[in-house]
Amino acid sequence: MQSTLSQPQKAALPTKTETISGSKAVLEALIAEGVKTIFGYPGGAIMPIYDALYDYSEQLEHILVRHEQGGIHAAQGYARTSGDVGVVFATSGPGATNLVTGLADAMIDSTPVVAITGQVFAHLLGTDAFQETDVINITTPVTKWNYQVTDAAEIPAVMAKAFYIARTGRPGPVLIDITKNAQLQLFEYEGYKKCDHIRSYRPKPNVRKEYVEQAAALINEAKQPFVIFGQGVILGKAEKEFISFIEKAGIPSAWTIMGMSAIPTDHPLGVGMLGMHGNYGPNVLTNECDVLIAVGMRFDDRVTGRLDKYAKQAKVIHLDIDPAEIDKNVKTTVPVWGDCKETLPMLTELIEPKVYPQWLQRFRDYAQQEQEQCIEPELHPTGEVLTMGEVINTLNELTGGDAIIVTDVGQHQMVACRYANYNQTKSNVTSGGLGTMGFALPAAIGAKYGDPKRTVVAVIGDGGFQMTLQELGTIMQFDVDVKILILNNEFLGMVRQWQQLFHDRRYSFVNITSPDFVQVAKGYHIDGNSVRERKDLREALSTMLNHKGAYLLEVMVGKENNVFPMVPQGCSVAEIRLK
Amino acid sequence: MGKGREINGLLKHLNMNKQEYTITVYTENQIGLLNRIAIMFSRRKINVESLNTSPSEVEGIHRFTIVIHETEDVVKKLVRQIEKQVEVLKAYYNTNEELIWQELALYKVSTDEIAEKVKVERLLREYGARAVVIRKDYTVFETTGHREETDKLINVLEPYGLIEFVRSARVAIIKASSGFHEKLREFEAQEPSEEVVENEYLDKQDEVFTM
Repeated sequence: MQSTLSQPQKAALPTKTETISGSKAVLEALIAEGVKTIFGYPGGAIMPIYDALYDYSEQLEHILVRHEQGGIHAAQGYARTSGDVGVVFATSGPGATNLVTGLADAMIDSTPVVAITGQVFAHLLGTDAFQETDVINITTPVTKWNYQVTDAAEIPAVMAKAFYIARTGRPGPVLIDITKNAQLQLFEYEGYKKCDHIRSYRPKPNVRKEYVEQAAALINEAKQPFVIFGQGVILGKAEKEFISFIEKAGIPSAWTIMGMSAIPTDHPLGVGMLGMHGNYGPNVLTNECDVLIAVGMRFDDRVTGRLDKYAKQAKVIHLDIDPAEIDKNVKTTVPVWGDCKETLPMLTELIEPKVYPQWLQRFRDYAQQEQEQCIEPELHPTGEVLTMGEVINTLNELTGGDAIIVTDVGQHQMVACRYANYNQTKSNVTSGGLGTMGFALPAAIGAKYGDPKRTVVAVIGDGGFQMTLQELGTIMQFDVDVKILILNNEFLGMVRQWQQLFHDRRYSFVNITSPDFVQVAKGYHIDGNSVRERKDLREALSTMLNHKGAYLLEVMVGKENNVFPMVPQGCSVAEIRLK
Repeated sequence: MGKGREINGLLKHLNMNKQEYTITVYTENQIGLLNRIAIMFSRRKINVESLNTSPSEVEGIHRFTIVIHETEDVVKKLVRQIEKQVEVLKAYYNTNEELIWQELALYKVSTDEIAEKVKVERLLREYGARAVVIRKDYTVFETTGHREETDKLINVLEPYGLIEFVRSARVAIIKASSGFHEKLREFEAQEPSEEVVENEYLDKQDEVFTM
């Protein structure tokens, strides 16, 4: 055609491209997605990305962890306190396999994480090359989505998809495995476009109005309604909507361990924690309420106890973003699927303002019994040895409930979750579903980066601390201001408690010895102290909190103290034991 | 003892409610998806009786046909979990009554044996079989049908020395389904996704892997 001059050259205008490497495209994607902090560990197969990172130190802060498991737990901690996606880098082979525990943890606790792993050159895939492992297949059951990139041109779209999938709907971990050739390859980059739709993926189901109406009708007719809520309220950023709902409805509300801190612990309608070591009233009265309203929680077996004796008398309303959760464990009367940020206001509008003073009083009565038999002896013991509860209680008094509490797994976790006070949301970071010992120390690092203005206290047992204590190196190198509070009972306490109660005190391999933790910390140039007497406790905690920078405080507590109340395994929630 | 009997009774009861279900899954064409779906069964210790992947009525969309022997409760939960996977568009489950299904079977027998002792034409007629290959040394028959039908021919041929036998996975059509075109339009109601771009690369797999 000769007439091009007279035609506007619209079609001929090339899209502006620049030639960049796959590695650079990865980092550009991170910046476009608002990432500021990366936790990671370099290695052979991810070196091109680390090489590119060298030029991005202004925009992206990279925290060199001491083990990839620490990296992913830190990314989880970051996600939990920031409410955004945590990012972790690891190399191929062992680097990638070290992520697996964290991925499984993030999967079961619905934590948005994007993991980027290096992989051997595409032509070496399947040849047992050095540090080659089948990362995609290893991580398939523990990721919401994963994908292997072998061509750099795929990177922008795949990264956009990764972030979109990780953070939307029911969040979860996504792993992107990038072969070394794709990292090195130069391609025509057309800029980054965020993903907002994938045709095969429906992050949230459409809200069915008729179900909201049915739910409202059930609530309006209820005599003894009971709300139980989980992390869905926090993940949905629907704390305000939730509080408006329960306040208008006047319904007593209990949290799961993951839902903790979505409402302040002293909220007048908050009746405590559910589950195996939860509070007395919420457990017993689950089996007496007439309408059970579950919001963003998944009826974990640690919450329900024996399922065939769980809330059989109640009509169940289940609000959840994940349709697969409806009827999974507990048969639902009215399923309200959808994002609770949308469904809760719809429900609030349709319900009548009510109060249930007598019903609420029943929770208070149970709370009184629990106070006398469990809480008082735990928080104000008369014996000589310190209890975990009084440590947490003193911590409450000093922080005023403003701190982020990160916990590991075991007795100290249950005690911390039972007794810690929280004034604001996203304050409780714990490994709920997977129960990953070793979670707390690295997660606390991430938690601090996720919300740098707040005090972060990592409450850890003597066993769990020894699983990831190498992350003290990360704390040292990056001056991460986390307060490490080790509750040392010289036992793997939770297993010991079970062996005592259910295995005739046959203490099989629960007797764990520890190094001098204060000396270990000192080796990392982290100040610390160890106390075992009540008179020293408050000052020691106060010193820890006021210390500039990281600090380790070990508190020696009673060796054979048990956590009560307890719903023994195989028992119904109503059979909860106070001792 | 009492407990054991109770549990056995419970298991028996559960087994009685088990039946054959066919799960139909519409998916994107993505490497790794077969594994992602397969492990959902193995994680729950459910044996997959048959599994077939094929194109569907919609271009670019794949269709899994999976047969398991389970209770409806288990199947229902499983299908919801399958549907939750990012690359799965839709999953259905059906009982045999709700389906039209077929399996294909191939039988290799010695031509000498079969020509001598069996009236081939009668065999073909009676069992709806077809001779695919007839060579001097062997003959291959093919039948399609339900499991019982393909099984019958094995019994007939076995006395004459069945050299090889193989049966395909089940393929099934849902009687009540009006196809997936409309459903897909619904899913694509929003802007077309990045997926479209990505599939271009999948089509170029060979180039990607030989670099």
